[in-house]
Amino acid sequence: MALIEVKDVFFTYQAGVEALKGVSLQIRDGEFVAIMGQNGAGKTTLVKNFNGLLKPTKGEVLVDGVSTRDVSVAKLARTVGFVFQNPDHQLFSETVEEEIAFALRNFGFEASAIEKRVTWAVNLLDLVDYRKTSPFMLSGGERKRVALASVLAWDPKVVILDEPTIGQDYRQKENLRQFIVQLNEQGKTVVVVTHDVEFVAECNPRVILMKEGKILADGKAKQILTNTSLALDASIVPPQISQIFQGLSFLGFPSDVIDVSEAKNLLVDRLRELRS
Amino acid sequence: MAATLRLSVIEIKGLTYSYPGANKPSLQDVNLTVEKGEFAILTGPSGCGKTTLCRCFNGLIPHFYSGELKGALKVAGLSVSERSTGEMAKHVGLVFQNPENQLFALSVEKDVAFGLENLGMSRKQMRERVNWALKMTEIEDLRDRAPHELSGGQQQRVAIASVLAMQPEIIVFDEPTSFLDPLAAQRIFEVISQLNKQLGITVILVEHRLDLAAKYASHVLIMDEGKIVLDGPPRDIFNSERAWLLGVGIPKAVRLWRLLEEAGVDLKGTPVSSEEAIQYLKEALWR
Repeated sequence: MALIEVKDVFFTYQAGVEALKGVSLQIRDGEFVAIMGQNGAGKTTLVKNFNGLLKPTKGEVLVDGVSTRDVSVAKLARTVGFVFQNPDHQLFSETVEEEIAFALRNFGFEASAIEKRVTWAVNLLDLVDYRKTSPFMLSGGERKRVALASVLAWDPKVVILDEPTIGQDYRQKENLRQFIVQLNEQGKTVVVVTHDVEFVAECNPRVILMKEGKILADGKAKQILTNTSLALDASIVPPQISQIFQGLSFLGFPSDVIDVSEAKNLLVDRLRELRS
Repeated sequence: MAATLRLSVIEIKGLTYSYPGANKPSLQDVNLTVEKGEFAILTGPSGCGKTTLCRCFNGLIPHFYSGELKGALKVAGLSVSERSTGEMAKHVGLVFQNPENQLFALSVEKDVAFGLENLGMSRKQMRERVNWALKMTEIEDLRDRAPHELSGGQQQRVAIASVLAMQPEIIVFDEPTSFLDPLAAQRIFEVISQLNKQLGITVILVEHRLDLAAKYASHVLIMDEGKIVLDGPPRDIFNSERAWLLGVGIPKAVRLWRLLEEAGVDLKGTPVSSEEAIQYLKEALWR
């Protein structure tokens, strides 16, 4: 059974903008999915339907087999955690540990369990030194980590991250990538909404490409991001390694290369052949 | 007399700055010269002082943020400490990371016209400027929309248009494409590059994603802990050990070259774009 099942979902905002126009998809337990596409394609609207923050205007979303219309957002949040694009839309407590404990208290965890989980989360995201600090005294990257820690603390089955790489420098991005990959390897279902082509190229997840409220394509990053006409149709520019290999395809190289190490191996082999 | 006349539009000597109440300076002995018409990328780890330095270019520091400033700071020939931010704004435009901080009017058109109203321009001139700026950023169709109803990417274009409309000598872009989809981001970089090439506007671009931006730059500046630690043409910077150690976003093409080199393959040049990489590889592989 799919963990999240989206069945022919339409969504119209109160102002009349139709953001989703018949979307169907399934996300299985343990998958790693990136949702990509142009500004205004409906990516964030779609993932807000995954945890009941928004309910479909038409069609339905099932989480663990139950329609999001039939359960409260609070209950859904136990299964599907949402990390907002802008941490300031999420954070409000006076200290980092208060922030992380807040949801746990709402979910009815006991004091000793809360203490344990807060400690676990601050360690996981390297926030131990900031336990007693106000989230608003921290840098943007640190605040993003607090937002992530507060969601991971209640151990939801699915973690949705909306644009996690915005405003992150190269090293923070690399840490985040390793962290997300690790989470996924430990069995967590991860859904990332992102524009960051190079980030996705390095993770090679399943990619769902959206355009104008519909799904344009669904497949492995390696296939989707190297299909230039498809990518451009969704306002995505293929990753740099893919651009290079498409420019060399007349020499008989495969056209679906996105990884820099794979690129190196292919080129080294070819150059050795030429020299021998 | 020397035959070439070099005009520096930014001249900074021994700049040290601390925010009010801070226990250590955010900028430490920064020395920087940017010549007219340059396209400089400013990068470095989070918290290294990039945004603080940008705030000095248009006088937000020291006039708005106060704090303690030492050293000489000359931008567009003006001593920043002695001029008002209003006067600096005619010469230096600043596009912020988050467009929500910049937009406030009820329509896109009004937002783009706002800065011009303060310059005391005629209505006709103003309309022409607004039209031109909307066209350059490809948002002519959004003219009558309310900025707060737009997507993040569209908002950023409005923010860029309102600065473009002023046609300043220098525009500082602080991660202007963070919220844009890749194709829109590429187009914005192309717009910035055109302004730089056609109008000679000096560009300072704060950016982490060098894969997209490097090919437009004449110059890369890398900051770390409040100092400028590297300053030179993109190729030199991407080849320097220090840039690799600092963990800045070296383009994938350069990373590929480095891996090939480690595998004993020495190709010519250092590609700063995929086009250049393809060119060099064709020469090496095509017999």
